[in-house]
Amino acid sequence: MKSPIYLDNNATTPLDPRVLEEMLPYLRGKFGNAASRSHKFGWEAEEAVEKARHQVAGLIGAGAKEIIWTSGATESNNIAVKGIAQMYREKGRHIVTQATEHKAILDPCKYLEREGFEVTVLPVGRNGRIDLEQLRASLRPDTILVSLMFGNNEIGTLQPIKEIGALCKDKGIIFHTDATQAFGKVPIDVEAMGIDLLSASAHKIYGPKGAGCLYVRRRNPRVRCEAVLHGGGHERGMRSGTLNVPGIVGLGAAAALAQQEMPSESQRLSGLRDRLWEGLRSQLVDVYRNGDPEHTLPATLNVSFAYVEGESLMMGFEHIAVSSGSACTSASLEPSYVLRALGVGDDLAHSSIRFSLGRFNTAAEIEEAIVQVVGTVKRLREMSPLAEMAAEGIDLSKVAWAQH
Amino acid sequence: MAYGEKILDHYNQPRNVGSLNRDDPRVGTGVVGAPECGDVMKLQIQVDDDERIVDAKFKTFGCGSAIASSSLATEWIKGKTLDEALTIKNTDIVRELALPPVKIHCSVLAEDAIRAAIADLKTKRSGQQEDAALDAQPTGTK
Repeated sequence: MKSPIYLDNNATTPLDPRVLEEMLPYLRGKFGNAASRSHKFGWEAEEAVEKARHQVAGLIGAGAKEIIWTSGATESNNIAVKGIAQMYREKGRHIVTQATEHKAILDPCKYLEREGFEVTVLPVGRNGRIDLEQLRASLRPDTILVSLMFGNNEIGTLQPIKEIGALCKDKGIIFHTDATQAFGKVPIDVEAMGIDLLSASAHKIYGPKGAGCLYVRRRNPRVRCEAVLHGGGHERGMRSGTLNVPGIVGLGAAAALAQQEMPSESQRLSGLRDRLWEGLRSQLVDVYRNGDPEHTLPATLNVSFAYVEGESLMMGFEHIAVSSGSACTSASLEPSYVLRALGVGDDLAHSSIRFSLGRFNTAAEIEEAIVQVVGTVKRLREMSPLAEMAAEGIDLSKVAWAQH
Repeated sequence: MAYGEKILDHYNQPRNVGSLNRDDPRVGTGVVGAPECGDVMKLQIQVDDDERIVDAKFKTFGCGSAIASSSLATEWIKGKTLDEALTIKNTDIVRELALPPVKIHCSVLAEDAIRAAIADLKTKRSGQQEDAALDAQPTGTK
């Protein structure tokens, strides 16, 4: 069987061969520990790590010294949320976040609630964006941290980061953003956007898994984080542990490539995404795009196909790899909490598919995906009792369903 | 998670997809589940004068296992009497399709759909008998 077309790039991306080339020497002869100060092996590892620090910093307008290496964005988010809370707990115990954050933010926030912190979870509008006035109103004298994601992994919606940054700066509150999906995909400037902490990961930008970083502002203001991992005081004391040199080299190389190719890639990908949506919308009735069509990541498209369930759709797309907000694909049997937060009904959440495009997708692949998706939706609607009822003019929202 | 062979077979070649005339007195219709829960099954049976199921159809909104469970259910009940059809248990479906634990609710729904269709038919029939009894009454007594 030929390999399916990979349209799940928000989950992870394939390693770019150019990145692998950069990494290979550090998986072979250049095996040194970057903390070894006494010999050549250590020096060359340290040199590679510092080069990567500059590459990553360059992508977000930061200084190299402001980049802390981590194992990935989940760890970065944990250090940011828990580390800030611990460091500033005497100043206040209130944190603001939003309903559509990744679990790597929401779960640390829940943990802090058990530790006596108070968390405000802002709702989002139908497009997935927060309301700035609502954010302003939620801020209190004891608010120590605002953590709002840059671009959403499921629906692609971008938050008004610059406005949020300005508001936080004005109030003297630290602003963290989980930029896992936006890093390397859209322009980011931590200075212009007033970002104090930023989480990112290598494997979302064609780098290796197991490498990530946290940007921590060093001046105006100098932000400090209590460590989550202790043991050796690496990374300015914020993250101990021997550095993953090949992974860091890969993250640096991936960041450099992303910066170089962003202008042309974001245009190419948003073109492919628009073609995908147009191809689906023009051939199918009752399809809905979830998220914000304007303020969005270039390559994410989330669509609900009414009357058909997401997992059965994915079974039909034999040659396309995507993901769904359907309950059947999650361990919890609950449909996507992100779509729920948008006010998408559970029925349409069960019917949602996320297409996330990437560097290695071609126009021909998108055309083939359109054919497969349209064919599968039509076939499954033929056997859907909901499609039949809707065709008979029955309002599905008014039927007394037997809940189970 | 990869799908089992039998689930894939029913998903790719579902048996007995379609609808029977809901108003036909020999047809029973069961609709179970809810769109909010991610699965709705409609299962219909048609019986002959001996209450033997001569035809069965389904339409399902749900995952591949839900589609396979309802497809299998229609296949199994065809040719059975109503009482025989009522002996089909969800565990039989689980075994036949090798459903994983998270998909057991699909088989439960299929069993519910069979029962709902039979109950609908029986209600219809008893209503019919009442109608027939009323019709048999002499018009003069009204």
